[in-house]
Amino acid sequence: MATERKILKKESLGPLFEKMNAAGKRILAPRKTGEQIRFEPVTSANEIAADFVQSTASAKWAVFPAVEEMLSFRSLDKETKLEAKQSKPQPTVVFGIRPCDAAAFKALHAVFATDYKDDLFLDRWEQITLIGMSCTKADDYCFCTSVGGNPGSTVGSDILLTPLANGDFLAEILTEKGQQLVASLDGLFAAGGSDIDKESLLAKVTPKFDAKQMKAKMDAVFNNEKLWTRQSLRCIGCGACAFVCPSCSCFDIQDERYGGKGQRLRCWDSCGFGLFTLHTSGHNPRHTQAQRWRQRLMHKFSYGPEKYELPGCVGCGRCSRACPTDMNILGHLLEIAEEKL
Amino acid sequence: MCENCGCTETNQKDDVQKNSIYLPEVAKLTQKKKMTPFDSFFEFQLKDRPLGHLPGQFAEISIPGIGEAPISISSGPSKDNTFEMVIRNVGSVTNAIHALEPGESVGVRGPFGTSFPMNNLKGKNLLFITGGIGLVPARSAILYAMEHRKDYKEFFILFGCKDPSQRLFTDEIENWKKRDDIAFHETVDRKENFPWEGNVGVITTLLPKAEKLDPKETYAIIVGPPVMYKFVIMGLHDLEFPDEHIIVSLERRMKCGVGKCGHCQMDSKYVCQDGPVFYYHDIKHLKEAI
Repeated sequence: MATERKILKKESLGPLFEKMNAAGKRILAPRKTGEQIRFEPVTSANEIAADFVQSTASAKWAVFPAVEEMLSFRSLDKETKLEAKQSKPQPTVVFGIRPCDAAAFKALHAVFATDYKDDLFLDRWEQITLIGMSCTKADDYCFCTSVGGNPGSTVGSDILLTPLANGDFLAEILTEKGQQLVASLDGLFAAGGSDIDKESLLAKVTPKFDAKQMKAKMDAVFNNEKLWTRQSLRCIGCGACAFVCPSCSCFDIQDERYGGKGQRLRCWDSCGFGLFTLHTSGHNPRHTQAQRWRQRLMHKFSYGPEKYELPGCVGCGRCSRACPTDMNILGHLLEIAEEKL
Repeated sequence: MCENCGCTETNQKDDVQKNSIYLPEVAKLTQKKKMTPFDSFFEFQLKDRPLGHLPGQFAEISIPGIGEAPISISSGPSKDNTFEMVIRNVGSVTNAIHALEPGESVGVRGPFGTSFPMNNLKGKNLLFITGGIGLVPARSAILYAMEHRKDYKEFFILFGCKDPSQRLFTDEIENWKKRDDIAFHETVDRKENFPWEGNVGVITTLLPKAEKLDPKETYAIIVGPPVMYKFVIMGLHDLEFPDEHIIVSLERRMKCGVGKCGHCQMDSKYVCQDGPVFYYHDIKHLKEAI
């Protein structure tokens, strides 16, 4: 559908949250607790963290929680009864999600909706509306423009807000879900905005490499063991990069049992863990950290684009910010992009 | 479902998708028999339907509270609601399966993955090269080929295992040996202290038995432990087998079985969906494959 522009006045933000609450929607927005900014349920616009580049963790959990029930079971005598998860997800609005994270939702959707339909993910997906927030500032870890995004990208968002100098927001209504939400909030979005130069309001993020060329470049260095060893030498395999990543979709399946009942759980996993590929026989197809680091980059820049025609990395920079040994994904990618091997 | 199991396509997607892709059906253990000190034979029975698998496919078997594991199906095409597996007792799930008694139940999801392309092999010689519990998935294709014996020409089975105590399906093997329309050869890596009059040596030492087969008229099917593939493929190359005539079934750690969880990824392939059965020709360029 054609994008429609409107203005959201700063004084309308409060009523926006009130109306969404009243309509029974759960609102997830960036909240500051200590030094961390996370997407958490909020009821009022006052709770939202102001003035930050990137939230510490992504909003991924809104569609793909870190731990979720896949099914439950209970034993009666010798019979075990299995039950699919029954509860339906609550209608949810994610407010203030960065364009990179909104693009990551699309990458996740590709994984969970291609071939077999992942009902756990898709049930949540159907109930979610994304109100994105363009970036007016960036830091040295950001590289969205190298992977097809930009600080004002509309990809993935249902509505995208761009902050104006006077505190109001330019609102771009991008999808039917966005339209429905705007219609349900009668009058809060005012006419206007068609003459605003959005570009001038956005952070400047200089492209560092071309994601389209990365597949060929990654494939070419696959066998360069020295490169992968050097890049991963500091990696302690903690998996922090995967846990803050908005597009990492790998998961583990674990059972928990308390007496006669319990649940099968889906939990985030990471290809950086040695256990990720370990066979019960003891054989491990990726037995070194260098192989596991290579898998991380290959999956995001070669295999993912090959299978889903979407980059598996959105350039949010979280993995580099979170890494306890200061591995910088952009630095490592540039080595490959610029063939400084 | 495709009647004569020709394709390496997965064809049960719609059947499985009726419910949540992660919700198992319940199957009852109907038979259990010890085969080696750590491998046992299991027959399971689904309540409402045949498993409907193709030779070479696998299913996810689970014990609620313990977990789920991908297990190869060992029986030929379903004739009723039962199916067979041979399971090695090595981890928490397989340990719990071994502790089951007939009448108790497991969760089953599947069948999943690609199958041996039995239709494409019609009119050709078959050469099965199996190592250890690799015989288990291969047996689903062996039984299929026996049932459709006239569709294939020469029928060779090579089987190797570590020592005589690890031989599987020993009763069936005796029958295979007696048949004059099947050439069965086996070896053990080490004789140890077992009474053993047969061949001693790794599986590749049996390849000369297949020398008389014209590689252009023969398909080799390899199933065994990861270390085996490279050496067997080298041996087949020495016999001038084209890569298009080498079929492998590969093993990876799997969790979901439906191409989502990422565990079994091998280059850009998901072994649970794009495999486990591959033509070697299609994966030889993959760097993580063999």
